[in-house]
Amino acid sequence: MSDTVIRIRNLHKRFGDLHVVKGVDLEVKRGERIAIIGASGSGKSTILRCLNFMEMPSDGTIELDGKLLGTEGRANDGGAARTYSESELCEVRTRVGMVFQQFNLFPHMTVLENVMEGLITVKRTPKGAARSRATEQLAKVGLQDKLHAYPGKLSGGQQQRVAIARALAMDPEVLLFDEPTSSLDPELVGEVLRVIHALAEEGRTMLLVTHELGFAYHFADRVVFIADGIVYETGTADDVLKHPTKERTQAFLARFTERAF
Amino acid sequence: MQYQWDFAAVWSHFDLLIVGLIGTVELALVSIVLGVIVGFVVALMRLSHRRALRTPATAFVEFYRNTPPIVHFFWFFYALPILIGLSFEPFTAAVLALSTQSGAFYAEVFRGGIVSIERGQWEGAKALGMNYRAVLRRVILPQALRRMVAPFVDRSFELTKTTALASSLAYAELLYQAMQVNSITYRPMEVYTTIAIMYFIVLFAASNLMRLVEYRLARVG
Amino acid sequence: MEYTWDFKVILDSFPLLLRGLVVTIELWILAFAIGLSLGFAVSLARVSSRGWLNAPAIGYVEIFRNTPVLVQLIWFYYAFPIVLGAQLSPFTAAALSLTLNTSAYCAEIFRGGIVSIARGQWEGAKAIGMTRAMTMRRVILPQVLKRMLPAFTNRGIELAKVTSLASLLAVNELMYQGRLLSSTYYRPLEILTVVALVYFVLIYPGSYLSARLERRLAARD
Repeated sequence: MSDTVIRIRNLHKRFGDLHVVKGVDLEVKRGERIAIIGASGSGKSTILRCLNFMEMPSDGTIELDGKLLGTEGRANDGGAARTYSESELCEVRTRVGMVFQQFNLFPHMTVLENVMEGLITVKRTPKGAARSRATEQLAKVGLQDKLHAYPGKLSGGQQQRVAIARALAMDPEVLLFDEPTSSLDPELVGEVLRVIHALAEEGRTMLLVTHELGFAYHFADRVVFIADGIVYETGTADDVLKHPTKERTQAFLARFTERAF
Repeated sequence: MQYQWDFAAVWSHFDLLIVGLIGTVELALVSIVLGVIVGFVVALMRLSHRRALRTPATAFVEFYRNTPPIVHFFWFFYALPILIGLSFEPFTAAVLALSTQSGAFYAEVFRGGIVSIERGQWEGAKALGMNYRAVLRRVILPQALRRMVAPFVDRSFELTKTTALASSLAYAELLYQAMQVNSITYRPMEVYTTIAIMYFIVLFAASNLMRLVEYRLARVG
Repeated sequence: MEYTWDFKVILDSFPLLLRGLVVTIELWILAFAIGLSLGFAVSLARVSSRGWLNAPAIGYVEIFRNTPVLVQLIWFYYAFPIVLGAQLSPFTAAALSLTLNTSAYCAEIFRGGIVSIARGQWEGAKAIGMTRAMTMRRVILPQVLKRMLPAFTNRGIELAKVTSLASLLAVNELMYQGRLLSSTYYRPLEILTVVALVYFVLIYPGSYLSARLERRLAARD
């Protein structure tokens, strides 16, 4: 196994005529924690969502553990989009987990059932083992006393912690966070960030798209600043957030200077 | 399966089908108009405070909603004349069946529209000293009518499809005429496919036209 | 208007009417069960993003919804055997057309339910590696089935009423027996009224249930 978990080459994403991601190259090392920042509409979420194929890349390649995903194909617009079978995508998604801005919990299942669902239907884990693993993950995010509650009865912060437990239960090699605190009330942000921080300490490979620059600074080994669908500037958290060298990064960060890192 | 299509046979009797189409449209229009009147009266009865008006109106609606249309056609054509000692033309029996059964459904459309208007509107108008009829005419109906358009269109669409049952009373609407053409040409495939397309065009066009009207109305509102 | 009702006729004809009722129920169960499953399959094609699946599904649904069901019955009985090259029994033709008709309406109910679920639910399931089929079964359907229940009950009611049209193909169900008996005894008033009442007793519990379900679901939201 190589040191690189994910390698993206020349990633493009178009939505009709809208060209959102315009050729991104990125390597993610095992155990690395990357924060992806940028203005709204810069394409940062789309890049993340291409990594577990929530969005299908219009062009470019993605390697996972040194294995090139998909097979060569041709998109309708004549681009060199690769084709992916459903079974391959499902397998990739069990290895690259995701936590969404809107949680996307299943409202008709209890907290415990939400976390057990992937284990049972996808990994075919026996019920008893799935239950104990799910309970364990929920304890980790501090929700051991909410096992039988329905998501609708929980606060936003609690729901997001369930979503994190659900992703963790699959034991993914890489965990993607798509603005996990953006739809939370300010007083609930802290509890979610603490959970993510604890995972970082465990040495998990994680990519985080966020507007919480202060958190990004403490969380990330590396910060990637996205502008106009390309990697505009990248480096250590210190480099990019404290001493940005490029003009647009500086302009973007100027709005946050009053914040202490 | 080397079926030889022969639409020429149908085409030479197309005038008969046009007569049928006109019969269908006539039956539908007359029944819609009468059905709306029946429906409005029944709706007001159902909304009344007097049980003597409400109960029969509810029974009327429930009876029609829970029995098949074909039974009503036969009942009005074969049974009612015995009771009242008068016999009906197929057209009259069909209109009676269609306008009463659609009246039951229109009544629900009207009632639904009227009760959907908030109580505050009634109270506001009453506070101005308006009587029941004035409140209904000046305040409630103008607001409710717009909400009734979509279900009214749906119901009229269903009614138009149901006119085909009048063929069983030998009223010369489109399906009945098709049966006649079929008995002359013996080309059931062509004849029944043709009228299915005719129904489709008329119904599809009518419902899309009404949807356009609906959309316009919604924009005005 | 001195009509004397003959109740003995009703008693005499009751056994035959009941036999007709059994056929009505058979037809209903068959068409509803297969229509539901087929409708689900059609709805999957209908929500597919692939044009070659989607377009025929739209056509299928629109054809059945925009033509009178009686025309569909007649077409399957008289026209379809010609392309098929084999005669269909009246019961088979009726069951086939009612099944397909029901499936078209059910497809629209399923589709409405499926698209009402937010995209996030699909993504949440995808992100833990669930396939489309798993997501449909475990995540989407459990959330919408309850909401779709009143619509399916209404469809069941419509179907129960529409089975009566099979009488026009001489399927010996309730309505057919009624017509046969009323011409045998020449007592259409008594017999057709009883037929109407039997249908009412059969169908009313369904619509009562559907209305209650709808109110309960509305109260919960």
